[in-house]
Amino acid sequence: MILFLTCFTLMMMLPLIYAVSMSLKPSSELWKFPPRILPVNPTFKNYRDLFTLMSDTWVPMVRYIFNTAFITIVGTVGHIIIASMAAYPLSKYKFPGSKGIFVIIRTSLMFSGAVLAIPNYLIMNSLHLIDSYAALILPAFSSTLGLYLMKQFMDQMVPMSLLESADLDGASEWQKFSRIVMPLVKPATATLLILETQSLWQTGATPYIYSEEKKTLSYALSQLSTSGIARAGVGAAVSIVMLIVPLVVFIISQSNVIETMSTSGIKE
Amino acid sequence: MAEKTKGGRPSGKIVYDNRPLKERIRADMKWTWREIKRNRSKYLFIAPFCILFFVFTVCPVLISIFFSFTDFNMLEAPNFVGFHNYYRMFMQDDLFIKALGNTIMFAMITGPGGYIISLVMAWFLNELPRGLRVTLTVLLYAPSLAGGMTNIFKVFFNSDAQGYLNAWLLEWGVITTRVKWLENENYVVPIIIGVVLWGSLGTSFLSFIGGLQGIGKEYYEAAAMDGIRNRWQELWYVTLPLMKPQLLFGAVMSITGAFNIGSVISGLAGNPSVNYSAHTIMQHLEDYATTRYEMGYSSAIATLLFFLMLFLNQFIQKCINKVGE
Repeated sequence: MILFLTCFTLMMMLPLIYAVSMSLKPSSELWKFPPRILPVNPTFKNYRDLFTLMSDTWVPMVRYIFNTAFITIVGTVGHIIIASMAAYPLSKYKFPGSKGIFVIIRTSLMFSGAVLAIPNYLIMNSLHLIDSYAALILPAFSSTLGLYLMKQFMDQMVPMSLLESADLDGASEWQKFSRIVMPLVKPATATLLILETQSLWQTGATPYIYSEEKKTLSYALSQLSTSGIARAGVGAAVSIVMLIVPLVVFIISQSNVIETMSTSGIKE
Repeated sequence: MAEKTKGGRPSGKIVYDNRPLKERIRADMKWTWREIKRNRSKYLFIAPFCILFFVFTVCPVLISIFFSFTDFNMLEAPNFVGFHNYYRMFMQDDLFIKALGNTIMFAMITGPGGYIISLVMAWFLNELPRGLRVTLTVLLYAPSLAGGMTNIFKVFFNSDAQGYLNAWLLEWGVITTRVKWLENENYVVPIIIGVVLWGSLGTSFLSFIGGLQGIGKEYYEAAAMDGIRNRWQELWYVTLPLMKPQLLFGAVMSITGAFNIGSVISGLAGNPSVNYSAHTIMQHLEDYATTRYEMGYSSAIATLLFFLMLFLNQFIQKCINKVGE
């Protein structure tokens, strides 16, 4: 089984290895025939070129980095709080409308986003959100996927008996939520953290933002790398740079989850 | 579930109520209102999400469904055309019928395929010691993290001198001339299916891993005492029923994923693909929404796709609820 897992992992990793090696290839090797996966003379020139290009953009690069970091942090933290708060009563209690609300939320996941661009723009426009960070952050807060994920994990991991005994001790709803529910669903928080960070960090050009100084890092870097074959190596470097932050977040969250789970025994 | 006996509505039982209808409705509404007041704090908890959800998700969907009954083209004010767009889809648009068939074909293979790969891999990983498990989870999810790996596969299967597959096969003497992998009707569909399956260790995979971690050891110990004999029985009677919430979540993700394969196909085979061999509803939608600006018609396509997925989801939820019985 170990052998199978190794082969399978290698197969899965192949394109990623290829992307890394592309970014390390000198330009003489990029278009060689026959093509090789690994570079013969690896070099960091592509990364140096990328930083040179980054240093003389019209809007300083730091600004793009700030924009993306701001959107990602506020969007992810806000989303986790808002989605978990909504998931808790929907998962654990019955009250008028609870079932209907959840069915609507789950149903909405099925509508394909391609035709929503124009209705969304109309709504953003009527709320005067065009060209503000809020246009990117507010929809991220109410991402349906996060709530659904949270609710499903709460169904599985939070025993009703714990909440009932907290009721007997006179705990308020907020105390039950923050002291009992949230610590129990850490694997869900970790999953949501990575999904949201990933999608927000990769936010590229959107129709909602037109000021150059409010645009995102992904947009700025794609502008640098789409100038044809001459910058193919830089393009590969860009995709690796964009990957680093979500990867670090993922590694940290995964290793934490597994530790907390092995120390807390959950019994129904 | 607690028996509700407050007000006029004991749930679940048939009660022969001889009061006149008007009075019964009034009692019912009174009960509902009391329940709403009793659960005030719960409404406060869900309010922020629901308000944002309504504004940024429900409204756009409703507007889009409204557009599907009009001839909106983004320039002129929309005119109401009734069911004409839906009629056109089935009666006048042969390509749509082909796209529908292709979509169902792709979905039937990649949906269950990706779901099973994710589940099996998550189950394997869960058996491993902690350090190895974290490492492998990170490595296996990394491709999804990178996103947009389509361009790399495009290079791999390319028909020009840079195509890796052709270069290798030529070198080893398997083929003598270059094969146009992505421009050949017979090759392009299997290649797309392969690439989609390759990328299927995504959201549902992560939720399965989380779900497996949420099952305490004591369940397995108890099951062993109850006479569970092998790993398969353990999987079917203990593990899967306990992670049913994640299985349902994964199913929704797989359905939406399988019916929305668009960017991979456009990225690999282009839009339109050769002889429309890989043309799906998403391709069709993209064509009408972003190239022809026929918002009315493309909204109708999206609405139809929506009901198709909804129907399928109902069916699959019923199947998953039978797990472990």
